Amino acid sequence: MQDKFFLKKRLNSILLFCFFLAITYGAIIITEYNVMDGFTSVPEAFRWGISNFYPTQSSLEKLPNIMEKLIETLLISIASATIAGIFALIFAIFGSNTTKINTFFATISRFIATLFRNIDVAVWSMILLFSFGQSALTGYFALFFVSFGFLTRAFIETIDEVSNNSVEALRATGASYSSIVIHSVIPSSAPQMLSWLLFMIETNIRSATLVGILTGTGIGFSFDLYYKSLDYNSASLVVVTIVIAILLLESLSNYIRRVIL
Amino acid sequence: MTMLLELHDVSKQYGNNTIALSDVNFSVREGEFVSVIGPSGAGKSTLLRCINRMIDASNGEIVFDGVNALGLKRKELRNLRTKIGIIFQHYNLVDRLSVIENILHGRLGYKSAITGALGIYSREEKEQALKLLNILGLEDQVYKRSDQLSGGQKQRVGIARALIQNPKMLLCDEPIASLDPNASKVIMDYLKDISKSMGITVLINLHQVDVALKYSDRIIGVSKGSVVYDGSPRHITKEEIHHIYGSEAGDLIMDLGEDTDYAG
Repeated sequence: MQDKFFLKKRLNSILLFCFFLAITYGAIIITEYNVMDGFTSVPEAFRWGISNFYPTQSSLEKLPNIMEKLIETLLISIASATIAGIFALIFAIFGSNTTKINTFFATISRFIATLFRNIDVAVWSMILLFSFGQSALTGYFALFFVSFGFLTRAFIETIDEVSNNSVEALRATGASYSSIVIHSVIPSSAPQMLSWLLFMIETNIRSATLVGILTGTGIGFSFDLYYKSLDYNSASLVVVTIVIAILLLESLSNYIRRVIL
Repeated sequence: MTMLLELHDVSKQYGNNTIALSDVNFSVREGEFVSVIGPSGAGKSTLLRCINRMIDASNGEIVFDGVNALGLKRKELRNLRTKIGIIFQHYNLVDRLSVIENILHGRLGYKSAITGALGIYSREEKEQALKLLNILGLEDQVYKRSDQLSGGQKQRVGIARALIQNPKMLLCDEPIASLDPNASKVIMDYLKDISKSMGITVLINLHQVDVALKYSDRIIGVSKGSVVYDGSPRHITKEEIHHIYGSEAGDLIMDLGEDTDYAG
């Protein structure tokens, strides 16, 4: 009995492994991907990067220009995440099992959040490009929609996880709905929500680069422009500034998290 | 003495075939200290939560203080809940708020939507909170965050939050199940004391039979959703306790003296 149990478990693992192996092999054959060439081209790519992709004296002159675009991108990322956070909080309160008013509104707000979350930021950019053209607004809304969908989902989980017990206690005292939300739900879940918001800002800055390439705004546009005009030195400078900005922001938000959690 | 709480044929059904309570009948006099005992899953928690309608009973009549709880509208229900304090197994405090803020939450039932939302408490309410903290021996913890307290202290904050409601009745759902024996005794002594000195009726769910026998005026035994024992702790027999828990003699961890008597 016991022998069979472990044998069965091992057999399951082996089967699963073979299954994934078969899928990988099938995909290689269908796409005619040459594994050897794939690996040998990696050092080649590095060699090209080292010999071309580095900032030079002349590209540094473009730094003020790049910085201006970078700050614009940063501000758009922060603005879209924070405003989305406010809307997400409202939808999360209606959508959470702990604080929902009724199942109908809960389902609707969950559905809206799922819709916005599951459409990729690149797709949003392309759709919004038709309405707003090549402006910062397009990028802002694309980031806003995705942040809103994601944060609503994250906030719902936070509320359900953190405040279930104390909500029950306040309901038992006869407290009104608004009192319960303000005195129990918000204080219990605020730190974790803030942590999610910081995460969203970081994610937005990463996505902003891609959105910028698609919509022709911000730092992404600078990169695209230099890259396509074969000015690899300036393009590499853009990448370096983005990396530094993200690292700074990450350490800042880690510090904030340590303080509040 | 008058009856504060009367349950007539109260039933609760989840879905189509899960019966949590079936035709529960009992009444509680004002000032009485009543323990509900029974195995896990017998419906003790459901029973308690039906009384202030945290869970809605499917059938029957629950009369609290002369009012039928099952027919109440939203506003009247809030009013009913202010008269009943609940004490929870896991204390159910807002961990990130201070002790005094948690206690004042007990007053929210009396507030309008606006004063409640803004958290405006009167001077008298704050003084009463401090007075309760003194009674419960928490005078040094007033401004501490609740998650820095020990389990026993948290439960005392829970009791203070219930008492500041000026309740007629306390419902306690396994209040000592997560506490060590010392803290358990402190909490039970406070509850007994409060019941006596303030004349508050207490209905308490317990897992510890010996504790129930020692502190209660009356024992209600619940098994599979039905009341199978209702009487004084003095006259309960071993057989009756085994009947409540559906166990054979010698299968329970408890000490019931030599024979039937248990003079607490």
